[in-house]
Amino acid sequence: MGFKNVPMSVAKPSVNKESLFSPELRAEIDKWIAKYPQEWRQSAVMAALMLVQEENGGYLTTDLMDKVAAYLDMAPIAVYEVASFYSMYELKPVGKHKICVCTNVSCMINGSDQIVEYLEKKLGAKLGQSSADGRYTLKEVECLGACGGAPMFQIGNKYYENLTPELIDSILAGLE
Amino acid sequence: MANEVCFRNMDQDRPWLLEQYRSRGGYEVLTRILREKTPPESIINEVKASGLRGRGGAGFPTGLKWSFIARNAPGQKYVVCNSDEGEPGTFKDRDVLRYNPHQLIEGMVIAGYAIGATRGYNYIRGEFWEPYERFEAALEEARAAGFLGRDLMGSGFDFELHSHLGAGAYICGEETALLESIEGKKGQPRYKPPFPAHFGLYGQPTIINNTESLASIPVIMEKGGQWFKELGVENSGGSKLFSISGNIKNPGVFEIPLGTPFAELLEMAGGMKNGSKIKAVIPGGSSAPIIPGEQMMQLTMDYDAIAKAGSMLGSGAVIVLDDRNCMVKVLERMSYFYYEESCGQCTPCREGTGWLYRVVHRIETGHGRPEDLALLDDMTTKIAGRTICALGDAAAMPVQGMLKHFREEFEYHITHKRCLVS
Ligand SMILES: Cc1cc2nc3c(=O)[nH]c(=O)nc-3n(C[C@H](O)[C@H](O)[C@H](O)COP(=O)(O)O)c2cc1C
Ligand code: SF4
Ligand code: FES
Repeated sequence: MGFKNVPMSVAKPSVNKESLFSPELRAEIDKWIAKYPQEWRQSAVMAALMLVQEENGGYLTTDLMDKVAAYLDMAPIAVYEVASFYSMYELKPVGKHKICVCTNVSCMINGSDQIVEYLEKKLGAKLGQSSADGRYTLKEVECLGACGGAPMFQIGNKYYENLTPELIDSILAGLE
Repeated sequence: MANEVCFRNMDQDRPWLLEQYRSRGGYEVLTRILREKTPPESIINEVKASGLRGRGGAGFPTGLKWSFIARNAPGQKYVVCNSDEGEPGTFKDRDVLRYNPHQLIEGMVIAGYAIGATRGYNYIRGEFWEPYERFEAALEEARAAGFLGRDLMGSGFDFELHSHLGAGAYICGEETALLESIEGKKGQPRYKPPFPAHFGLYGQPTIINNTESLASIPVIMEKGGQWFKELGVENSGGSKLFSISGNIKNPGVFEIPLGTPFAELLEMAGGMKNGSKIKAVIPGGSSAPIIPGEQMMQLTMDYDAIAKAGSMLGSGAVIVLDDRNCMVKVLERMSYFYYEESCGQCTPCREGTGWLYRVVHRIETGHGRPEDLALLDDMTTKIAGRTICALGDAAAMPVQGMLKHFREEFEYHITHKRCLVS
């Protein structure tokens, strides 16, 4: 960081952007690009990575990150930096449902240890692992800003609060 | 009186809808400002008079911050809202986004008008999908009704507002890391100075405020700075949202006047769960040093009272712990958090947070050494104040607080290799 702030440009912007993603995905990414000043396409990188990750079944590959870089006229390394810095990007395959369990203080003193233990037993996977059938990945996360409903976890875009073993059974049974 | 500012419409059945917001006079203040072409300085003066202090944690006076912007200097300026809400224990901005998004939008437009900014961003943490969707829907409504966009109500003033979604990084709540993040980079804090008021988003003059701070603005402009100030006490103007959680019966977010006794807040939250006894309270998010329960029961919830007790009001996140909790285990978890979330660019923080965690961890697991407490004391003084951003201090302060008030629990762990509590 200096006193000048310019986008990290690449020597040769990619010309063939249409070939990188499907028209639908491009339309979604373009909506984000439009929110920022014209010369700051790279501001859309976080949203683009999230959209691409979602379409790829929940994780990113080097090839996909390179495509995002080309689409946004960024150096690939700048995209890798972003993808590895933020915890919601996955750089390895994950299960169909990623269960993000909060174990921070408010959740911990309301029994998140038991929630984790119950999930680990039920899914046959430890924190950071996936179930054998590839259906679930169990992930430990920091405070999700829902401590009033501790203990809690997030699956997909949804928060589930005031968890109990019975509630977990019914939540998992209700997933696709 | 509770629910006067950010939660004033909580009694409505769907307060997030434009129609319900307007039924209570929503957007009338903005309309009046634009119609009467209120001088921007008088808005800033009103905010100054209100005594509003930043609700994101640092408590910096909002009006003063706005006055740092050279309003008439040429070039793009920005208003940025900090809805990253990551400080453990804090869950109030989520409710502002879910239940009162229009008041935040109105506050941001007024802020833009006051500092001469025509664009704004609301940085919402990536996990907050439902609040994000609520906020997006409100943006749509506001655009359609002409409260956002070009030439608002024929005033010649333009204001466009967008959300930016985070992707999981506590450090992006730090204001300059947040700006870096909007610029499409890793969220690593910048050196200050220059401050965002001079060199902010995309290198342009920027004010950045917490969600609750900005959502308070329309009410301040409607009822006057003096009215807001008098809700609270000396040095702590207004009412504030408190997120209260832990071993209590009815955790939740409560809006109460600053200066309200903690005992009253605890009572609003139903008191202790299962009749257990209060042991300690973290009064302002996990970075705020812990305060023993008996002492806390005598305190009022305002900036000065909590500071005098050696802690800070922070984001107003109150975590209540009962006497079944082992303080070593609680500190171990908090230290792990800062270790996990350090962005890694300053040596004292990157190395120090990991070291703090490892030492507390070994005490917790029965491998503590007699010299460990002195080591912890020493380390905290070598991290705090020696880093680019306040995360270093935030990691050190809880350790200092714990060792000050609950040292004997740590000593017991070290000598007996087990817990005093369970
Ligand atoms: C490590 C760290 C995390 C922070 N997280 C948040 C946050 O989640 N939300 C927030 O509003 N402020 C957060 N802050 C404070 C911001 O840097 C900044 O002071 C605040 O957004 C300014 O707004 P305010 O004056 O209205 O409070 C954090 C600061 C630090 C050092
Ligand atoms: S104090 Fe820690 S989090 Fe803050 S800039 Fe330095 S390394 Fe990053
Ligand atoms: S501690 Fe779990 S949501 Fe905050």
